[in-house]
Amino acid sequence: MDMTDNSEFNIFTGSDDYIASPELQNIVNVAITLGKPLLIRGEPGTGKTKLAYSIAKALDKRLITWNIKSTTKAKDGCYIYDTVQRLNDSRFGDNDISDIKQYIKLGQLGEAFVDAGNVVLLIDEIDKADIEFPNDLLNELDEMQFTVQETKETIQAPTRPIVVITSNAEKELPDAFLRRCIFFYIEFPDEKMMADIVRVHFPDLEDNILKACMKKFYNLRDIKGLRKKPSTSELLDWIGVILKSGVDVDTIEKKYPFIGVLVKKEQDYAYLKSSSQFRDSKLE
Amino acid sequence: MFEDFFYLLRDVGIPVSFTEWMTLQDALDKNLDNQSLLAFYYMARSILVKDIKYYDQYDQAFAFYFKDKTLPDKVRQQLLDWLKNPANRRGLMQRFPDFFEGIDLDKLREDFEKLMREQKERHDGGNRWIGTGGESPFGNSGVNPAGIRVGGSGGGHMALQVAMDRKFQNYRHDIVLDTRQIKVALKKLRNLRRFGVDDELDLDETIDKTCKNCGDIDLVFRPPKKNQVKVALFMDAGGSMEPFANLVNVLFSAAHASNHFKDFKYFFFHNCIYEYVFTDIQLEKKVPTAQVVRELDKDYKVIIVGDASMAPYELTTAYGAISYYNQSESPGIEWLKRFERHFKKIIWLNPLDARYWNGWTTLAIGQIFKMFPLTIQGLDEAVKALL
Repeated sequence: MDMTDNSEFNIFTGSDDYIASPELQNIVNVAITLGKPLLIRGEPGTGKTKLAYSIAKALDKRLITWNIKSTTKAKDGCYIYDTVQRLNDSRFGDNDISDIKQYIKLGQLGEAFVDAGNVVLLIDEIDKADIEFPNDLLNELDEMQFTVQETKETIQAPTRPIVVITSNAEKELPDAFLRRCIFFYIEFPDEKMMADIVRVHFPDLEDNILKACMKKFYNLRDIKGLRKKPSTSELLDWIGVILKSGVDVDTIEKKYPFIGVLVKKEQDYAYLKSSSQFRDSKLE
Repeated sequence: MFEDFFYLLRDVGIPVSFTEWMTLQDALDKNLDNQSLLAFYYMARSILVKDIKYYDQYDQAFAFYFKDKTLPDKVRQQLLDWLKNPANRRGLMQRFPDFFEGIDLDKLREDFEKLMREQKERHDGGNRWIGTGGESPFGNSGVNPAGIRVGGSGGGHMALQVAMDRKFQNYRHDIVLDTRQIKVALKKLRNLRRFGVDDELDLDETIDKTCKNCGDIDLVFRPPKKNQVKVALFMDAGGSMEPFANLVNVLFSAAHASNHFKDFKYFFFHNCIYEYVFTDIQLEKKVPTAQVVRELDKDYKVIIVGDASMAPYELTTAYGAISYYNQSESPGIEWLKRFERHFKKIIWLNPLDARYWNGWTTLAIGQIFKMFPLTIQGLDEAVKALL
């Protein structure tokens, strides 16, 4: 059996600024081929949101981001009927107010449906919304269409757009919604993968500095009792600062220079200062 | 294909639905597993398992199914047939020249068959997937002859090894009620009233005003509706509650995360409410109960969670509290009655099975408050009673 049979299917392989593990790459492609939304969970800073950016970049598609807030309604994602504008226009007569169509503004979901073949739709932090929000989206995502009540116009996606959904919460999503998704949990990168990720951002980084930083970083993560463990983005920021300031390897090994970049909670900082695990290296 | 794997997953408690199973079949039809067992492991997990807390069960089921039972007979026959075909071997050699240097393929096949036989015999004894050391030469060589690529360039792991790592053991928690169910139940606890800044367009009022204004538009805004319900949760953190600690935790986190309450207060107590309640579960930071009652107005919906099981004197005698540091002039029952008099709506949730509610103290407390079991149904009824 020839393994290259599926070459036309294997399209996402990460992008030059994002390293995806082989299993994640494969799952992305599974979701794309099956036309199912891809639900991504994982620790903060493991690149859930960046994945959507990377897919869009790698496949040369437009990214539409729908940032979910506590007040977000599913219908807003489809379209908004700007009644106030219409009311206002009726007063000054600038536009033909009998044409309701011009007051219908498509939301992110609507836009993604219209241009389905060329977009990646990111529904970011879906757990932030009301608890019934995902259920309200079910029908639209299933049928890939909705009807604008005011004009009776149906917006239909000619093909299934690529949909990436991120979530932080533990178990907040309804079963009916979950059944329709492909689910992937991004684990925190191990040292080897983390080194690859750092290399993508700092191609010229010297090996000994990288090694020292990684060691200190993972030591810090191993400390129990931290409220917010430093994540990938913090490590990258930290290395960035270290490079800019020109701190030498020796200092990195003996101290934690610029620890404020890694540890952002005041309680954590106080905790580290008092912690016995930290006696051998000074904080500043 | 693999129907019994579906039932195995359900047997180990993963809520796999038929829809998801069909999606997996669809994916297999489209060859999305790349004929690799490792890719199949991840793909099936992504399609069938939607919560990381089930990953451990999945790993075990996967290891059990694909190792202990080895591969399903049909697939195994396909493997052997495939390996017998010299054309396939050539393809393999071309693809992985390094791997096959110094390896006699016929010998490899023999070993493989032998291993298959052995595994079947050895494991039929009912020993579940013990023997992680059993990496076959096939797993190691990274090529599975039916085109099922096991490891190799994919990531250096065999799917089974990945499964047997059981990395997700710590994420597992077998809980009766999950946060979502509780949140949904608590959501019904609401009393909507308009409150806050005028930022919602009142359409009816706008039309009305505009008409009165001879068509000159007059926009009317109003504050949005907000939940006015205030909730106070009192939780028993005493010794006999230990078995239910997880359940109470879930209730607490669900209530805490429910951002739709106007206010949410929580306190802990030990066995019964006395002169002091605590703001931490370790029962170290105490506040006078009288002060709590004073500060929380009577409109707070009060939920008390406890097993109501204690020695009778703990409830009815002055200085009856089990904790030396939390003695009280008034007996516990007086405090409970005081709660009942002060708050308009107050209920008791009991994590114990209602069959065991015949203890003397449980009955006594049940006469003061309406008591509901801490189940989804019980919670639903409790919420109704609170409204």
